[in-house]
Amino acid sequence: MSQPLLHALHFVLALLLSPLLFGIINRVKAKVAGRHGKPLLQTYFDLIKLLRKGCVRSDCTTPVFTLAPCIQISATVLALYFLPLGGVASPAGFAGDFLLVSYLLAAGRFVIMLAALDTGSSFEGMGASREATFSAFAEPVLFLAMIVLTSFYMDLGHSEAYAFSLGTLFGGQSALAWLNGKLELLFIPPVFFLLLLVENSRIPVDDPTTHLELTMIHEVMILDHSGPDLALILYASTVKLWFFASLIASLFIPPMQIWQESLLWLLLIFLLAVILGLLESSMARLRLHRVPALIGAAGMMAALALILSQMR
Amino acid sequence: MLIALLLLPVLTGLCMLFFGKALLCRVALPVMALAHTLLSALVALSVYQGNAPRALFGILAPDPLGVLFLMLASLLFLAVSVYAISYLREEERIGLHTNILDHGQFTNQPERRFTAFLCFFLASMSLVTMTPHMGVQWVSIEATTLSSAPLIYFHRHKSSLEATWKYLIICSVGIALALLGNILLSVAFYGEPVGESDFDQLSFFLSHADKAEATWLKAAFVFLLVGYGAKMGLAPLHNWLPDAHSQAPSLVSALLSGALLNCALLGILRGHQIMLAAGLGDISSQMLIFFGFFSLATAAIFIVGQGHYKRMLAYSSVEHMGLLALGIGFGGIACQGAIFHAVCHSLTKCMLFLLSGNILARYHTYSSFDIRGMRWTMPFTGALWTAGFFAIAGSPPFGLFVSELLIAKGILASKAPWLAVPYLLLLAILFVALSVAVLRMVQGRRPIDMPKTTKEPLTSVLPPLILGLAVLVLGVFVPAPLWSFLSKAAQLIGG
Amino acid sequence: MLFDSCLFLLLVSNFLLLATPHIRQMTKYTALQGILLALLLLLFGHTILTVAVLLIKGILLPGLLWHTQKRLPPDSLICPRKLAAFDVVCGMAGLAFAIWLDDRLIVTQELFPPLFLSLGLTTLFCGFILIIGRIKAITHVIGYLVAENGIFLLGMPLMTKGTTWFELALLLDVFVAVFVMGIAINRISDSFASIDVARFRSLRD
Repeated sequence: MSQPLLHALHFVLALLLSPLLFGIINRVKAKVAGRHGKPLLQTYFDLIKLLRKGCVRSDCTTPVFTLAPCIQISATVLALYFLPLGGVASPAGFAGDFLLVSYLLAAGRFVIMLAALDTGSSFEGMGASREATFSAFAEPVLFLAMIVLTSFYMDLGHSEAYAFSLGTLFGGQSALAWLNGKLELLFIPPVFFLLLLVENSRIPVDDPTTHLELTMIHEVMILDHSGPDLALILYASTVKLWFFASLIASLFIPPMQIWQESLLWLLLIFLLAVILGLLESSMARLRLHRVPALIGAAGMMAALALILSQMR
Repeated sequence: MLIALLLLPVLTGLCMLFFGKALLCRVALPVMALAHTLLSALVALSVYQGNAPRALFGILAPDPLGVLFLMLASLLFLAVSVYAISYLREEERIGLHTNILDHGQFTNQPERRFTAFLCFFLASMSLVTMTPHMGVQWVSIEATTLSSAPLIYFHRHKSSLEATWKYLIICSVGIALALLGNILLSVAFYGEPVGESDFDQLSFFLSHADKAEATWLKAAFVFLLVGYGAKMGLAPLHNWLPDAHSQAPSLVSALLSGALLNCALLGILRGHQIMLAAGLGDISSQMLIFFGFFSLATAAIFIVGQGHYKRMLAYSSVEHMGLLALGIGFGGIACQGAIFHAVCHSLTKCMLFLLSGNILARYHTYSSFDIRGMRWTMPFTGALWTAGFFAIAGSPPFGLFVSELLIAKGILASKAPWLAVPYLLLLAILFVALSVAVLRMVQGRRPIDMPKTTKEPLTSVLPPLILGLAVLVLGVFVPAPLWSFLSKAAQLIGG
Repeated sequence: MLFDSCLFLLLVSNFLLLATPHIRQMTKYTALQGILLALLLLLFGHTILTVAVLLIKGILLPGLLWHTQKRLPPDSLICPRKLAAFDVVCGMAGLAFAIWLDDRLIVTQELFPPLFLSLGLTTLFCGFILIIGRIKAITHVIGYLVAENGIFLLGMPLMTKGTTWFELALLLDVFVAVFVMGIAINRISDSFASIDVARFRSLRD
């Protein structure tokens, strides 16, 4: 099978399976707490239910509010498309595409923040402000981690055009490298994991199941969305989770047979969901002013990795 | 003989620690000190005659420089142990003391523990001076820190605890740097064939110095200088010194200042020796001169207006350590002067600290502003205090005048004679600052509330008197054997 | 591979030491460092020293610190942090400096394995940062231990069969030093009702 076709297959698989991640996380949390829990496919049911409902929009909103979910879902899905999936590089990849991808994600976040401000609700404004703050902290860390990977591939002798593309950065060679003494690359998966927690508003950064608006970050921004709009936002957040989980998984997949790679990819992503579930049931949300420290720790790790890989 | 020098204090100390009675310890201390002094005199004699003894596969093999410091430590310990008889009796009589600084009540450490650690302190200092192995020297210098820390904390109150903590941390960390210096030294000599069983590391380093890697050697010397310099009280790492010297019992301050600082100096001198042999003497000399001047200036700044007379003495130690570094740095006649200076300074400073103990016991204050009329209240101590001040400030006819003159001569003969100007200027400032404080204490009327008695116990004035006489004699007339011994020691470090 | 991992873990433990405000955690990390040092010694082939280091640096010294902490009130075992990340940033600057220095120095005959010299120096720096940057008496001791670990690491390639006795003496010295400091800390906590060295203000000019 050709590369673009394989990638397309993986892409469709990702889009289909991404709501399952929420199901797994919730199931693990329920099991740990000793409950039976929601069905695994609950997110699919939620999505279908929401899509069938009508949409209530406030009178004082503008088209920004209406368009935001559509823009966000398209930006997120497009970002996913640029990612190497299951060890197969995206046919659309080019040198420097990681910039495009991170700004696509940022654009998605931006429109949702605009929509939140558009409602004029002070709660939603507060949520938007928090989201903006934390993502502003998280973005440099993401780039720092990317730079570490880039410098690693430059050291391997790849040309710039090649080393700056996501298809290379997450192409799997780093998985072999730390077995051969490039131990500083071991810092990178934890960095991405922390970024995943921040970007997807998971515990300990934000509690997605909280009912108190004052403590929310992501959920409070979408209080006024309903029906299909809400379904799109929900779906976008599952795709985003899949995006970050796939980033981490790609770091661990060594070059193998193609079916082995894709199997390992799916396995790792689901494993990550299980880990997330365990983490969320074992710790509480951090106080808000501690979150920058968490992101700072990720930044420190990335910087350490950069110093070690650059200077020796 | 060499092993006996170590075992004697260690065993005595252990006996004191486990089954010592306070009175017995008090008597045993001078006896042990006397035996130790005789033994070290014997060692000095055989080193002087040229057949240096060796023991323990060469771990113990003193050279003239080391023996000189060994003799000094031993003699001062003898003086201190005699002084301790009356001091400890007085301490026992009082029982519950009051801290002068914050008026808190405190008790002393058990006396046998104090005397035992004095013995361990002596043993570790003896080891420092006798070994030619840089590693063993490092271990024993660290041992001096650890055995003297409980001595500083003899009076169990807050301020002495604070001083002990500073002493422990600054010196331990400093000495850790010196260990790094030792390691760098080994790196510099890496690859040279070294005999597995030969512990005479110093002569190995000296004989192979021309093959050593210069960069590493320089780095090693820097770390040795900084590390041991912290212990020796060279500015800017001298902070622990005034605290520890002011809070320790006076006899411990006397030992710290007179004997311990010399031991740390010895560590630096070993590094200097190797640098000289490697032809890098210029660099190490410049560093020594720099730190010497820096210490001198620091001491001058802090002594001017210093009201706390024990701190004043401590800063004076910083000053004299600076002078030693300076003299050794300039080399030649200044180096001989510095070695002579080390001898005279140890004797004088020991004397002054012992006297300060007498003053403290009578006046119960650290402030020299509150002390008046010592010539009426304690005539012997007052007279000796004045004499000691003239000696430490370097005025004739005391030994320190001669040594400071020799150093000045060395500076004038060196490549940078203009450095004599700041040298003499700083000495003049220190002279004035010291004289203001000391004369104020001695002169004036007897305070009204002081008891009428002028009696002073014999053992509390005899050791300072003898030390003072020794400095006086050294100032007037240096016996030829002693001088040739000193020059032998100075030759090792470029004198 | 094992050797590299040991070095790497040592490096990580340094930064963990700098990052955590909990003294209990710091004690655990020093124990980890001791064990890693012992492992490295084993890889260098010094069996006696391995046992000694494991015993002293891996078990006895952290045990001693642990024992000291048991007598202290729990709230005194957390360092107040003014600028949380400052220590870590300093440590990183130290690491960068050490690696830079490692590049520039000429080491005779491949004495140090790669990363070894810079790791030793970094550990030394981290020890100093702990001593200078924290205000608890016990962190001074931990900093001293870490600095000493760094120096020990630097001396490791130079060890031969003939110097074993010296290393043992050194370990004994460090042990006694920490022992004495431990006693002093107990005294400090008794008489100052805190192990905060910022309270040491009675002696100054």
